[in-house]
Amino acid sequence: MLEVRDLKVNYGAIKALHGISLRVDKGEIVTLIGSNGAGKSTTLRTISGLLRPAEGDVIFEGQSLRNMPAHEIVRLGVVQSPEGRGVFPNMSVEENLKLGAFARPASEKAQIAADRERALNLFPRLRERLKQSAGTLSGGEQQMLAMARALVAKPRLLLLDEPSLGLAPQIVQTIFRIIRDINAGGTTILLVEQNAHMALQVAHRAYVLEVGKITMEGVAKELASSDEIRKAYLGHG
Amino acid sequence: MSGANLQPGLHRPSTPAAIVRAWAPVLGCLVLAIVMQLVVGPLLVRMGQDFAAKLLLDIGTNAILAVSLTMVNGFTGQFSIGHAAFMAVGGYVAAGITYYGSYRLFGSPDLAAGMLSTSTGAGSGLFTKGDGLFLGSIFAGGLVAAGCGYLVGLPSLRLKGDYLAIVTLGFGEIVRVLIQTQTTDTLYDPDTIAQTPAWELPKYLGGALGFSGLPSYTSLFWAWLFAALTILVAYRIKASTYGRAFLSIREDEIASEAMGVDTTRYKVRAFTISAFFAGCAGALFAHTVGVQLNAGELGFAKSFDIIIMVVLGGMGSISGAFFAAIILTILPELLRNVAEYRMVAYATALILMMLVRPEGLLGVREIWEKRTWRAIARIGRRGTP
Repeated sequence: MLEVRDLKVNYGAIKALHGISLRVDKGEIVTLIGSNGAGKSTTLRTISGLLRPAEGDVIFEGQSLRNMPAHEIVRLGVVQSPEGRGVFPNMSVEENLKLGAFARPASEKAQIAADRERALNLFPRLRERLKQSAGTLSGGEQQMLAMARALVAKPRLLLLDEPSLGLAPQIVQTIFRIIRDINAGGTTILLVEQNAHMALQVAHRAYVLEVGKITMEGVAKELASSDEIRKAYLGHG
Repeated sequence: MSGANLQPGLHRPSTPAAIVRAWAPVLGCLVLAIVMQLVVGPLLVRMGQDFAAKLLLDIGTNAILAVSLTMVNGFTGQFSIGHAAFMAVGGYVAAGITYYGSYRLFGSPDLAAGMLSTSTGAGSGLFTKGDGLFLGSIFAGGLVAAGCGYLVGLPSLRLKGDYLAIVTLGFGEIVRVLIQTQTTDTLYDPDTIAQTPAWELPKYLGGALGFSGLPSYTSLFWAWLFAALTILVAYRIKASTYGRAFLSIREDEIASEAMGVDTTRYKVRAFTISAFFAGCAGALFAHTVGVQLNAGELGFAKSFDIIIMVVLGGMGSISGAFFAAIILTILPELLRNVAEYRMVAYATALILMMLVRPEGLLGVREIWEKRTWRAIARIGRRGTP
C-alpha cells in the first residue's frame, strides 16, 4: 500500500533522515519506534507532504507522493493525526470534527455523518463535549479528538504521530485499544511511537529508527522479545 | 477546487421563496442604510448634533476597515500591516473615476447626487446618475485593491511566518511614494480634461499636494450600506466551511494542512477579500465631506489605527472589530477636552485595555454566540473573568 524508498530529508544543513526504506501493507498496523530525535516525526511529515524529501520517494498505491502538496495527499486517503495533538483550540469539538471532513466533497454528506458517528462511538467522551472548546479538553481528550478528526477524513492509511505523548498510563491503554479497534475496522495504520512497549503490543510489524537510519525491522512480537530491543527500549536488563 | 461544491447554496432549489431568503440579509443591509440616511441622520442634525452625524459616518467607514482586516489578521492569523495602502489604492481609483468621470459625463465635478448621497438627504431624486457613477467607482476601487491584494499576497503567503507583515509594510510605502511622486497636479480645466486621453488621466491625481475638489458623495447611506455588507460577508464566511478553513489556519497551520486545507490558497483568498473591502472603504473615505485625499495620510500610521481596532476588538471577532471601530472613532473626540494630552490619554486607555483584557473586548468570540453571554454572566457573578 505504502512504500518509502531510500528517503533522505534535511533541515537546512542538518540531515534528519539518511535514506530510510519501509513498507506498509494493506490492513496492517506498522510501527516506527525510536528515541527522541531519531527522525520518526520527520518520516511521517514527509509522507504526508508537510516536509519535502531531498532524495528518495514515497509511493502510495503506485503513485508517487514526492511532489504532491499535503492537501492533495489527504484526498488520496493518507491522513495524519499530528504530533502534540494539533487540535484547533478555539474551536469547538464539533467544529474540529467538521474540519476533519474538509477534504471530502459535499456529495458524501451521508457518508461523512456516518463516519462522524463511528468516530464518536469509538470516543464516547467526545460526544459529551461536542460544544466545548477543544483547548479546554484534557490532554487525553485532545488526543482522542485529533484521532477522531483524522477518522472523519476517511483515511485508508492513518498516520499516527506519538499518540501516547504526555498522557497518563491509563489513557495510553485506552488509546491503544482504540487504535486496534480502528485497524479492525479496516484502516491501515502507520504508528510512530516512543513508547515501544505499547507500540510493539498492537503492531503487526515494526521498524526501529536510530538517528535517521533504520537499524532493525521485523514482526512486532519477535522484536519485542529480542535482547537488543529489550535493553534499549523496554527497560529490561 | 472542492471549495465550490461545498457551498450549500448550490444545492438549494431556486424557488422564489428561496431566492427571497437568500437575499433577505442584503435587503436588511439596504434598509439599515436607508434608515441611517433618512431617519437617524436628519434626526441628529435637527437636534443640533451635526458632529455626531459626521462621527456616525466615520464609524461606518472605520467598521469596514476593521472588519475587513479581521478577516486576515483575525480569521487566518496572518499579520498585515498595510491595510491603509489598499484603502489608498481604492480611494485613488474611485476618486479618479468620479472626478474625471463627472467632468466627462456631466461637464463639471459637482455633486450630481440624489437624496441617498447628500448629508442632509435633500438631493433631487432617489438615485441619480451621479450615484450610479459613485457606486461604480466604489466597486472599481475595491476590485483594483483586491487585485493588488492578490499580487501582494500570492508570493508572501506561500511562506509561513511574518513575511506578510514585511511585504505589506513595504507595499504601503511603495503605494504612498508612487502616488506622491508619480502623479502630478489635478486638472481643473474642462477643455483640457476633455482633450486628455482617458489613459493619461491617472497621472493627474494631485500628487504630493493631495487630490482635492472631489464630489462628496459619501453619506450615511453609503457608509452604512458597505459597513453592513462587509459585516454580512464576514459573518457568512465565518459560519461556512470556507471560513472554518480560514480559522483553522490561525489555530494550527500544520494541522490545517494535514486536514486537507490548501493553506496558501485560503490565506490568499482571505487577503484578497479583505483588500477588496479596504478598497471600498478607501473610496468612501475619499468622497467624505472635509477629507482631502492624500496618500501621506494613508500610510503606516493609518494602517496601525486599523490594527489597533482589530486587536482591541479581539482577533477574529467580527462584532469585536465593529465595537472597537465605534469606540476608537468616538474616544479621540471625547478626549478633545484634554487638548494637548489627548494622544497620551488615548495611548493610556489602550494600554489599560490590554492589561485588563489582553485578548481584546470579545476575544475570539462573537456577541451573537451563546457562550459569550455565558461568559459575561460568569464575570457578572464573580466579578472576574
